[in-house]
Parts: sequence; structure tokens; C-alpha cells
Amino acid sequence: MLLEINDIDISYGDNPTVKDFSLKLGEGQICSLVGESGSGKTTVIRAVLGLLPGAGKVTKGDILFEGRSLLGYSPKEWRELRGSDISMIFQDSGAMMNPTKKIGSVFLEYIRTHKDVSKAEAWDMGVKMLERMHLPDGENVMKSYPFQLSGGMRQRVGIAMAMTFQPKLLLADEPTSALDVTTQAQIVRQMMELRDEYGTSIIIVTHNLGVAAYMSDYLVVMKMGEIEDEGTRDHILNGSQNAYTQKLLAAVPSVGGERYV
Amino acid sequence: MFNPEDLVLEAKHVTRKFPAAGGRTLTACDDISLNLYRGKTLGLVGESGCGKSTFMRFIVSLDTPTEGEILFKGRDITKMKGEELRQVRQHIQMVFQDPTGSMNPKMKIRDTICEPLLNFNRISKSEVDAKARELLEMVELPGDFADRFPHNMSGGQRQRVAIARAIALEPEIIIMDEATSALDVSVQKTVIELITRLQREHNIAIGFIAHDLGLIQSFAHQIAVMYLGNIVEVMPGADIDKCDHPYTHALMGAIFDTKMDFSKKIESIEGEPPSPLDVPPGCPFQNRCDCCKERCKQEKPSLVEVGPNHQVACHMFR
Repeated sequence: MLLEINDIDISYGDNPTVKDFSLKLGEGQICSLVGESGSGKTTVIRAVLGLLPGAGKVTKGDILFEGRSLLGYSPKEWRELRGSDISMIFQDSGAMMNPTKKIGSVFLEYIRTHKDVSKAEAWDMGVKMLERMHLPDGENVMKSYPFQLSGGMRQRVGIAMAMTFQPKLLLADEPTSALDVTTQAQIVRQMMELRDEYGTSIIIVTHNLGVAAYMSDYLVVMKMGEIEDEGTRDHILNGSQNAYTQKLLAAVPSVGGERYV
Repeated sequence: MFNPEDLVLEAKHVTRKFPAAGGRTLTACDDISLNLYRGKTLGLVGESGCGKSTFMRFIVSLDTPTEGEILFKGRDITKMKGEELRQVRQHIQMVFQDPTGSMNPKMKIRDTICEPLLNFNRISKSEVDAKARELLEMVELPGDFADRFPHNMSGGQRQRVAIARAIALEPEIIIMDEATSALDVSVQKTVIELITRLQREHNIAIGFIAHDLGLIQSFAHQIAVMYLGNIVEVMPGADIDKCDHPYTHALMGAIFDTKMDFSKKIESIEGEPPSPLDVPPGCPFQNRCDCCKERCKQEKPSLVEVGPNHQVACHMFR
């Protein structure tokens, strides 16, 4: 098992926000966390990367990455792990970039933090990664500021950065929610290619059940901080008897499905 | 399906050009003609930046087109000013994407909902409380919500309040700009059910902006697909699977659905639309189209009738 989350509670104050959450993820698996806003999906994946905001902490249970508990990591160990073995993609990759710095300078800093290479080598690595993500003219993107790129391009830059060191685990927090449908389809396809090419395991947090169903092998439905239902894609879509899962599925608009007029 | 006597608003050849840096012009809407019918929904879909919001803003007179006219019951609202325009505004209301941003955080829901009614002297101040409760119940919220502030409610509840405010004046047209995209799927479903119920009961014409074709086809009577400032296809909402334009096909192919065939590769057009500052001559969709011919690069296709209530702007269909 690459990642094992064993029965964790996560709390920001006195009461746990996420209760009794467990998940096992093998190599090359894609798992989705779905649920409504405020159900604790993002909190779970932030806990995996040790990035809980404010006073948030794991109060019960354990998170094992390749058999080792992540909870006891020192800040130095976290720095080595984040961005190389475990990476994250955010909803708006533009917002995580420094608006006063060009993509190239952020990318160079990131690569050279993790790997002892010269600036020229790091630049080439960056350009190569951007072009792998189907960004036309990587050189030009490296010389641009985040605001000069469209939302879809920024998201590709975010994925390119996250994939530079071929992480074993990729955490994606609503990676396509801010994008147009056509761009969303392109990004989803590229994330699937990452799994096929590098064997990356992916945990994707999304409220789009269509995307979750298309991408994942395993789905976890969350409600109010607890696991409401979980299972393989086939089980969740066709076999689940859980009322909440069925309600969520029924709410997805579908071409040729229910019409209100 | 669409009776000429039900026509309430008619946009004719509407064009909007914005001046841009370097003496260039940005054409946000290019020669758009669309109609709104009483009791029917017009869904406008397209990618970000294609001009769908710009167009809808003309209808609520938040902006005026550079060319063309918008006839509301035969009168051109783009030329109206002052009190005349103010009087027309009560018949055309709007619901925005972000309900939090469109409400005053310091005003109680009661005052938010009833402000339009007070503005037009439809009710007196003593009637505010009763009217607010009535409107809240109309959008399936408890009447006690009148005493709340926007921050005491969930996003779905706030959007219902925004809808209550829009229907308060009993308008003939409501424009909804991505009114459900900030909501969860399950909440989105209930809001759509509410909108369609109110439409049936009050015979309202709705102009709904969305970027999700899967959503819009579930409740629109008429769908217009927009690309780079141009309407490329207009079709009845029930016949979405009979769409013809390559761009509409691409949008259809990009829909993720829980009932889809997962072994099938998701098909989507590559790249992004060109900048509206450098629209190529000819068909706006040429550089992303699989069926692009020499003619598409030179001559811009115009909308042609291909079936009942179905028009397509593509050289392949004529």
C-alpha cells in the first residue's frame, strides 16, 4: 500500500471536523473524494500533506505513507517529501503563484530546491515539463507572469510543476472546478495520462460526480465529515443502496435524462 | 412551440465593440439576434469570454450595445433614458452568479427582498414584513428568514433569496447569469426545480447563462450556443442530441456524466479560443475545427435554418 489512512479524526478546535476516516490507496490507483461543500473532503487531503490551516491537527489515528507514519515528520523531512514524493494541485493554480514573479523564476526556484542542478538545466527541465502538459511554446510560458495566462494554462502550469519529480502520490483539490467544460475535459485526460505513464496514484477531491466517476477506480462519498459510502466505481454508480449516494447521483444533470419542462 | 404573440423581447443585430489598447477594438458580441418568449427559457452557453454575459447585460440595461436594437414589447430599450428606463427595469430583473456579492451584508433579508417593491411604491413600509414572508415562502424558505442577514444562510438559501428579490416585482423577464454554478449539485437541482416551477406559475421569460450544456438542456426550451462573440447554433432544448455545429458537438463531447461509457476516451477539442482581439477572418471556430476547409478561412458563415427552430452557422450546412 502506498498510502494508508487509519481511522483518523481531524479537528480545528474542540470538536472533530472529520471523524473516523480511513482509506487505503495502492500504486497507480485513482481515488475520488466526493460530497457537498463543507463535508471535509479538502481537510482530509490537506492532512495527508501536513498542510492543515490554523490550529487544525490530526487528533486520532495515523497516516502511513509507504509504511511510515507521516504524523511524526520533522519540518525538514516534510520539505523533502512535499513536492517530490507527494505533490498537490489546487483549485486555482494562479492564486498559489507569486503574481510579481514570472513562471520561469518560480519554476527554477522549485526545481533547484529539490535537485542540485544548474539554472540552465533547471530551465530546460521546466520547459520540457510544460510542453509535456501540451502547453504550446514552453519557453514563452516560462517568460510570462501568471496573469498573462488563461485559467486553463495556469492549471496546466500547476500540474506541470506538481509532476516535475514524478511524485508517487498526487493530491488534486478541485483541479477542474474553475475551468470551462472543454478545458476540464483536457485536464482530466492529462491527469489520466499521468497515471498511465508514470504510475502515479491520485486522490482527487471534487464535487463533480461525472468527473469523479470517469477518473477513479474507487470513490468515497463524504457527508458532514464522515464517510457516508465508499466502494469501487461500479458499486457506487450501480450497486449502492445508500440513500445519500443515490440522491447525489440523481442530482447530476444528464443529457437524455430528466427534463423539467 | 414559440408563438409570435408570446414574444416579449427581441434583440436585433446586436453588436458590442470595446475600445482596446493600441487603437484596436474588441468585439464582444457580433451581430446577435435572439428572442425571448413568455413562459420559455432561453439557455445561452459558451466558454468563458465568449460574450454571453455581455449580451445578457444589454437586456437588463446594464450596458448598451454599439449597434442594433433590443425591443421590449416593441419599444427599443437601448435608446431609453431616465424615468422611462427606470419604469421598464421593473419588468426585467436579474439573478447573479454569486448571491453573497449581490446582497448588502448589512441589510436584513426582509429589506433586501422588499427594496425593489418600495422603490416602485408597490407596497408601503408597514406591509414589508408580510410581503417578505410571502415571497420567502414562494421560494420554499421559512418566513422567519426575513430577520436573518445574508451571512446566516447557506449558499443555496442565499440564491433562493436572490430569486425571491427578482420575482418580487412580478417581472416579465428574469436574466440568470450562471445562477447555479456556485452551488452543490444537489442544491443546484432543487434551485432548478424552483425556477421552473416559478416560471410555470408566473409565465416568466428566462434568459439563463451557463457553461454546462448538460445542465441547460434539462430545462431550456431553446438553446443558443455562442463562440467568440458569435451565435453558432440555435436549437430547441429537447433536441440537443440533434445538434449540428462542430463546436456544439465538442461541448457535448466534454460532458462528464455518471451514466457515460467509461471505457470511451473523453473527446474534447484541443487548445483555447483565440483572443477576441484578433478574431480571424472567416469562421470564428476555424482553428479548432476538424472539418475546416479553405472556404471557412475566408468567408464567415451566417445562421441558416436547418430544421424547425434550428439554425446553424457553418459552411457544411447549406
